[in-house]
Amino acid sequence: MTKKQKQMVVRIMVVFVMLAAIMVGEHTGLSERIQPHILLAFICLIPYLIIGYDILYKAARNIRNGQVFDENFLMMIATFGAFGVGEYSEAVAVMLFYQVGELFQGYAVGKSRQSISDMMDICPEYANIEENGALTQVDPDDVEVGTIIVIKPGERVPLDGVVVEGESMIDTAALTGESVPRRAAVGDDIISGCVNGSGTLKVRTTKEFDDSTVARILELVENASSKKAHVENFITRFAKYYTPFVTIGAVILAFVPPIALTLMGAGSFGALLGTWLYRACTFLVISCPCALVISVPLGFFGGIGAASRIGVLVKGSNYLEAVAEMDTIVFDKTGTLTKGEFKVTEVLPTACTQEELLELAALGEGYSNHPIATSIREAYGKPLALERVTDTEEISGHGIHTWIDGKEVHLGNAKLMESLQIPFTKSDCAGTVVYIALEREFAGTIVIADTVKEGAKEALAAMKHVGVKKTVMLTGDRREAAEAVAKELGIDEVHYELLPADKVTKVEQLLVAQSPKAKLAFVGDGINDAPVLTRADVGIAMGSMGSDAAIEAADVVLMDDDVRKIARVVGISRKTLRIVRQNIVFALAVKFLVLILGATGYANMWAAVFADVGVSVLAILNSMRTLRRN
Amino acid sequence: MKKKFKLQDLDCANCAAKMEEAIKKIEGVNDASMSFMTQKLTIDAADERFDAIMDEVVRVCAKVEPDMKILR
Repeated sequence: MTKKQKQMVVRIMVVFVMLAAIMVGEHTGLSERIQPHILLAFICLIPYLIIGYDILYKAARNIRNGQVFDENFLMMIATFGAFGVGEYSEAVAVMLFYQVGELFQGYAVGKSRQSISDMMDICPEYANIEENGALTQVDPDDVEVGTIIVIKPGERVPLDGVVVEGESMIDTAALTGESVPRRAAVGDDIISGCVNGSGTLKVRTTKEFDDSTVARILELVENASSKKAHVENFITRFAKYYTPFVTIGAVILAFVPPIALTLMGAGSFGALLGTWLYRACTFLVISCPCALVISVPLGFFGGIGAASRIGVLVKGSNYLEAVAEMDTIVFDKTGTLTKGEFKVTEVLPTACTQEELLELAALGEGYSNHPIATSIREAYGKPLALERVTDTEEISGHGIHTWIDGKEVHLGNAKLMESLQIPFTKSDCAGTVVYIALEREFAGTIVIADTVKEGAKEALAAMKHVGVKKTVMLTGDRREAAEAVAKELGIDEVHYELLPADKVTKVEQLLVAQSPKAKLAFVGDGINDAPVLTRADVGIAMGSMGSDAAIEAADVVLMDDDVRKIARVVGISRKTLRIVRQNIVFALAVKFLVLILGATGYANMWAAVFADVGVSVLAILNSMRTLRRN
Repeated sequence: MKKKFKLQDLDCANCAAKMEEAIKKIEGVNDASMSFMTQKLTIDAADERFDAIMDEVVRVCAKVEPDMKILR
């Protein structure tokens, strides 16, 4: 609690005791004996001023500044009204209750703000620089690119850089939400915001603090609250009209019914005015839209915080809202659903063992640096005795002709086999197929394909489970490769052999085809699909731990490239929206109910104060649920 | 130029919205956002008059919420 809040607690206690005494006096009839009656008003004025002097001061000051519909002013009018109609103790009680509510509200907001900022506490405070053998701590802001910094065990990495000395395990949990440590050794890139494990590292910085990963992420999350969701904009607009509307309602309520009733002969004007003034005062107390104005942005802020805790950056409340309504999701294949690395997936020899065929192929491709050759050598995995290979010649567009241990070897595509008139079994596997012939006789096939990412299948199943209606895959690959991946992952629709520009057209077609309320998301690795990321309702990019293009173009960034997180973000966003809607409905329902009851004389000012600050506190507490892990 | 300022004692979300609107109306301010959650004010305004604009910002904010301080 701050000093201000502590002072307030003392004031509340003092006034509470005084009020209790006054109430006892009222109930025992003691106060009846105080004569003249006006003296009682003066007695009540003491606790009233103790608890409310700052409200009165603020009200007066704000009126001077031209702020009429301000809650302090309204509270002042309401309690003055109560004094005016002779409800002295009630005026004190209402002011007291209001202050208690404000205190709770301030405390709850402070707490939530604290817990959100703690969660995003990834900002490094210092960097160690070695000078003349001694370490000095400096502000990361002052470290220039190329400086060698020292990161001790347990410290946060302050700047992006390359390890030049030492070896350690790095905990990336703050950035990715996964507490799986990564190994960092000499030559590895290291990212700011991570926590160093057990070894001391020396790192040469590659970026200034403002450009480093941690600073960029913090900026994104902080800016996120400025991109407002529809619901938030609605609340802002609503708040603008609500207060004047209720205040005017109060004025009408105070004067119109008493005049009308007097004219109808239902009683004396003075008595009626007293009753209706009191009812009008309850109106004024309810007229602040605070419960909504605070709890709705707080809910979204909590939702964005919860997403960033699992390593997903959402760049604004509006995107969080869109994710919740998403029903078509379009994937780019390479780098998103597949790893984008080519691997040998099948080795099919005719006579020899798989090992022998792979060795033959690896030797044959030994001198080539084509990606296919590299992946075959990787699959073989043993050192190659390249002196066994002689007279290698590349047949462009077909393959390789070479001699291994004096035996003639051909490696290549179907065209090569056909041109040599070697009979072979044609493979219909997805991916790139290499046929091998030994001494002009077919020896076997090796299939090389891009491999599906771990978890991609579960990710798609989970998305269906959370209610995504259609999954689409776009790729520049051949039909066979595309369809094989789509089948393996269970994707509904696949478009293949697309150029980057075609992807935009396809997404536009899908956008037109879907219903106007539904949202479409595009998931890509951000490398050459920035236009598509921008065109879709929600662009989701693989952050690859800091790829600039992706983070820039996308609305949602998956920091660790794990597509499984998408379904979880959908869950978080739905929960956030549910809570926000609950708050809106609850706050409005209570307010309108008390307005009606107040106008008809069933609700007193106590109920009105509850409808104001009590509802705020409850709504704030409800908003805090968005932060919780689900 | 875009600049960020920390705010002290901003206790009212509705006031933050009012101040944001008032700041946006100041001449030379391209964009402004006042975040009640992060207690920060971001202003994008013309370079050459930035200090003068900031004085004006402080003045309009004092009208709405005199208790709040902008840490410059």
